[in-house]
Amino acid sequence: MNAANIPLDHLMLLACLIFVIGLVGIMTRRNVLYILMSLEIVLNAVCLAFVAAGAHWGEADGQIMFLLILTLAASEVSVGLGLILQIHRKHDTLDMDRLKELKG
Amino acid sequence: MLHAIGWVPLFPLLGFLVLVFVRMPARLAAWVGCGSVGISALVVFASALMYLQAPPEDGYQAITYGIWMSIGNFQPAFSVYVDTLTLIMLSIITGVGFLIHVYSAGYMVDDDGYARYFAYLNLFIAAMSVLVLADNLLLLFLGWEGVGLCSYLLIGFWYRDPENGAAARKAFVVTRIGDTAMTIGFLLLFAHFSTVNIPAILAAVVNADTTDTDVYVLIGLLLLGGAVGKSAQLPLQTWLPDAMAGPTPVSALIHAATMVTAGVYLIARLHPIFVQAPLAMHAVAWVGLLTLLLAGCSALVQVDIKRILAYSTISQIGYMFLGLGVGAWSASIFHLMTHAFFKALLFLSAGTVIFCLHHKQNIFDMGGLRTRMPLTFISFVIGCGSLASLPYITSGFYSKDEILLGAYNSGEALVFWGGVAGALITAVYSFRLLFIVFFGDPHTTPDKSPSLNMQVPLVLLGILSVLGGAIHLPLQNVLPLGTHEDSAHDHTPISVLLAVIPLLGVALAWFLFKRGRLGSAAWGQAQGAPSLVSFWRKGWAFDQLYDGLLVRPFVALANFNKKDVVDALYHGITQLAQWLHFQVSHTQTGNVRWYAGAMVFGVTLLTSAVVFL
Amino acid sequence: MMLPTLISILFLGGLVAWCAGRINPLLPRWVALITLLVDGVYFIDHCLAAGVLATSVATGLPGGEIWFFNYAREWIPQFGIQLLFAADCLSLVLNLLTILLGIIAVMSAWNEIKERSGFFYFNLLWTLAGVVGIFSARDLFLFFFFWEVMLIPMYFIISLWGHENRVYAALKFFIFTQLSGLLMLLSIVALVFFHHAQTGIYTFDSLALRNTEFPQGVGLWVMLGFFVAFTVKLPSVPFHTWLPDAHTQAPTAGSVILAGLLLKTGAYGLIRFILPLFPEAAASFAPIAMSLGVISILYAAKLAFAQHDLKRLIAYTSVSHMGFILLGVFSANVLALQGAVLQMLAHGISSAALFALAGSLQHRLHTRDIRNMGGLSQVVPRTAAVGMFFAIAALGMPGLGNFVGETLVLFGSFQANRTLTILAALGLILAPVYALKIIQSAFHGEPSAYLQQHKSIPDFSRPETIAMAIMVIAIVWLGIQPQPVIRLVEPALTALLQPVEPSILQTSVDQVSSFDYKSSLESPSQLEQQTLPGR
Repeated sequence: MNAANIPLDHLMLLACLIFVIGLVGIMTRRNVLYILMSLEIVLNAVCLAFVAAGAHWGEADGQIMFLLILTLAASEVSVGLGLILQIHRKHDTLDMDRLKELKG
Repeated sequence: MLHAIGWVPLFPLLGFLVLVFVRMPARLAAWVGCGSVGISALVVFASALMYLQAPPEDGYQAITYGIWMSIGNFQPAFSVYVDTLTLIMLSIITGVGFLIHVYSAGYMVDDDGYARYFAYLNLFIAAMSVLVLADNLLLLFLGWEGVGLCSYLLIGFWYRDPENGAAARKAFVVTRIGDTAMTIGFLLLFAHFSTVNIPAILAAVVNADTTDTDVYVLIGLLLLGGAVGKSAQLPLQTWLPDAMAGPTPVSALIHAATMVTAGVYLIARLHPIFVQAPLAMHAVAWVGLLTLLLAGCSALVQVDIKRILAYSTISQIGYMFLGLGVGAWSASIFHLMTHAFFKALLFLSAGTVIFCLHHKQNIFDMGGLRTRMPLTFISFVIGCGSLASLPYITSGFYSKDEILLGAYNSGEALVFWGGVAGALITAVYSFRLLFIVFFGDPHTTPDKSPSLNMQVPLVLLGILSVLGGAIHLPLQNVLPLGTHEDSAHDHTPISVLLAVIPLLGVALAWFLFKRGRLGSAAWGQAQGAPSLVSFWRKGWAFDQLYDGLLVRPFVALANFNKKDVVDALYHGITQLAQWLHFQVSHTQTGNVRWYAGAMVFGVTLLTSAVVFL
Repeated sequence: MMLPTLISILFLGGLVAWCAGRINPLLPRWVALITLLVDGVYFIDHCLAAGVLATSVATGLPGGEIWFFNYAREWIPQFGIQLLFAADCLSLVLNLLTILLGIIAVMSAWNEIKERSGFFYFNLLWTLAGVVGIFSARDLFLFFFFWEVMLIPMYFIISLWGHENRVYAALKFFIFTQLSGLLMLLSIVALVFFHHAQTGIYTFDSLALRNTEFPQGVGLWVMLGFFVAFTVKLPSVPFHTWLPDAHTQAPTAGSVILAGLLLKTGAYGLIRFILPLFPEAAASFAPIAMSLGVISILYAAKLAFAQHDLKRLIAYTSVSHMGFILLGVFSANVLALQGAVLQMLAHGISSAALFALAGSLQHRLHTRDIRNMGGLSQVVPRTAAVGMFFAIAALGMPGLGNFVGETLVLFGSFQANRTLTILAALGLILAPVYALKIIQSAFHGEPSAYLQQHKSIPDFSRPETIAMAIMVIAIVWLGIQPQPVIRLVEPALTALLQPVEPSILQTSVDQVSSFDYKSSLESPSQLEQQTLPGR
């Protein structure tokens, strides 16, 4: 059970894959809730990349970054969910295409 | 003791300040106004006596009272230059000025701007004295602009009527055009002589190398520009007829006796420059000749009593310029003096007529006033006689005679005969005025009579107009001798001619008057008059010319560009920015997925740029 | 210590006024007035004590002796930036004008500003502090600092207390001044770098920078940065368009400060920096600059004539009068420079008076349109008399201050460039055209229908009368007795025109900058690395 056995390229490829999945989710989904979830996937992809890179170089930096992103993701989710709740109350919808008040 | 002459401008200035800042009843205002000028007049006469008893050796005395500015060579000071020319001018200014002040005290009695009137009048006397006393160009300019300002204020004295204001502004702006030419002349003088001190400049001119006269011609012409502006000569004469909008005593003082002769004074004062520049001299003579003929013709056909006098003033100053131009220097100053007497007399008499007839000014509304206003009639006869230069009994004859003799002796036949023709015209228009106003059928009855303080100045000026011709002006130390003073020539035939011409004019006027050919009341309307008459009436349509050539284009241009084209440039920049902003803001759809997509695209682009480049 | 204290009093007074406004809205105006009076007394007292009058008249020596009240402290020593205050008589005269016009501005705001008065007087005093700083700073960076300090409070004055279109006007003012200020900053930095490349010394002292040499053609561009900043402020065509808007929209006190002082900072900059720092570039650029001056004189006079808005009209006359300063400065002789200085003083006072007058008319009549006025001589005789006086002063009547300035400029510039001077003299014809238009349409004639609706219009109040009387006396005094001012500033102007001799320069540098930049650094190249870490 040694992480070093798995080649870095594979891990990076996996991270990219997850990242793209999340990105595609963000861009194709219309429901805000799903977009938020896709965002979490993207963040996790980044975390994976950090941890993999940290393991590769034998540095703790990657794991520190992981912790940082974890905290960030947690707070982001709480704020985001709160906002979603409010949006739902106010506009009675979570459809992103109908929430276009920021249009210039 | 000649130092006291510095007080001459100060007393009226003090009077001005008192009248402006202290509220006082009308009678007191009149006392302050007249008194300050009276004291100045006394100072002038005392100084003149003192000067004549012990004339200074150089022919002039310069007195410095204080520094104005001093930067390198540029050292205008509060200093005066006293010679006989100065003293003659000062005597006219304060003497005639005092009489007109006294007259005004009666004339303006019903006006609610009484104190203001005397304040302006006092300021004028102060500025005019500074003008003739100044011994440097800048101080002269101070007086020069000061009298222009007072002229402006007094023409527009009855400021409620916008027409008076327009006339006043016209007077100021038109003279300012001349002043600007003069300023440029001053700049050249300073650049050339490195001093603004008049005696120093004149000394330098006299001692200068005479081969290079171009600069003198240029300076002379520029100074002539200033002179024609102030003295209402061609081509800047158009303001003076309109200036008659002011109170009549003002016209007498400023627009007949003193201010308008400032141009003559300027040229006489700086005559060495003109002596060095024959071309400029010719220009002066021809300006004078053309002006006197043009203005004389215009005076022939006017119907407003004051406008007739205004055109005659332009014409008479034309004689002075003619005299200056042919080198009859002292004759011009002599004519300046006699003109001050008889033209002030005429204006004040006209003022009395206007005063008694309730501000009627059309001569065809008058008529037959001979018996009703005898004193005014007598003063008018003296004034018109002097203006027409009736031989031997009037002062105007002696002075005009000298000018025309000077012209004859200068060898410029055209100028001489032009002047003679002008003399004939002068006689005709002056007696036309006299006949129409005082003879014939009465049209209006006067119901007021002039008060004593209006009558006394008339009498005194009448006496001066008759006897003024006998005064011998002591100008031989100041101005070069004219050819007419050279006794080698035999002038008898010319003298006879010059004596006969005015009589001929009077006879012609009487003949035409009897035939009813001197115009009619219908001339007041433009349609009633023949075309040449209306052309002359409008002063040879100079006003229309300038209006079309200068005023309208300027106003049109100003209004066209009211919003400032330069600002449009900056507006263009802001509009461009705004347009770009709108273009870019189309990308802001409010669609989060669109944003996310754009972000991905951007990041990909940047990353690939970093990686591959 | 005198100059920093002078400025600090104003800064502190501003803060106190702000706080006082929270207690009572009528208090700040007293605070402002007292601050300015204290400042004025302090200033005059120190000038007399230092013997300003006596020394400058007697000696007039070039170089170090003309500087009074030197004060130097390190600020950012790595770049040789110092808190370097020093004033020659030119600065002192302008500082006096600043305090005087400050008092006038407070008086004209006395009854006009009712809302947020604390913050208003705070801004007013801080603007004044900035202006005093500009006139007193010898370090270029410090100068730039005060240039910005002056700008921002002025922006607030226009945008908060202005009239109907105030936001637009304030923004325009800000953008014009800020952009041109940035150009100046670039030029300052470039100047310092060229000086450093030449001597290895970093300094912002304008006196020490005087003998900087530039590579071929570069000097002109460095000068242009300064020139644009100053001509925007002056303003000169084509950078003048912010001025009519700012003046029209600003409250009365703002207009007074703008016309009387802010424009003068531009003129001061031209005199103080362009001529001495870039003598060669200025000489080669002079024909263009003088042409701009002439165009300003004529073009703005024509624009002034077309306006109906009284404040806008006066604003354009300011542009026209400032053209004479541009003409004078680039003539680069003492006569013309004296004219420019006197024009600064006279125009500062007369335009401040005209704007105060226009403001008070607007306060009473609720209009600035002269077509709605007319016949004011009957309605408010005192106001009309003062208005006529200053209109006549503006048209250049001899015996009043403006004439002295314009005439000296013309006589001086005639020696430098005859054609342009003759063209500028044509401005003398246009000046009465607009000045008499003011008199005719506002004060003469019959009262307009608009005026007749107003039953009673009060004449000048007592503070206004006092303020106007002060300015009338000042203009007459400048017109009849300009010689004291001329004598006072003559040594300063002569020194500005004289080429610097290195020896004099060296001593003055040693005097004021007590530390050596070289010794604190090992080599110039190392310093370059420190300055530009990003490279």
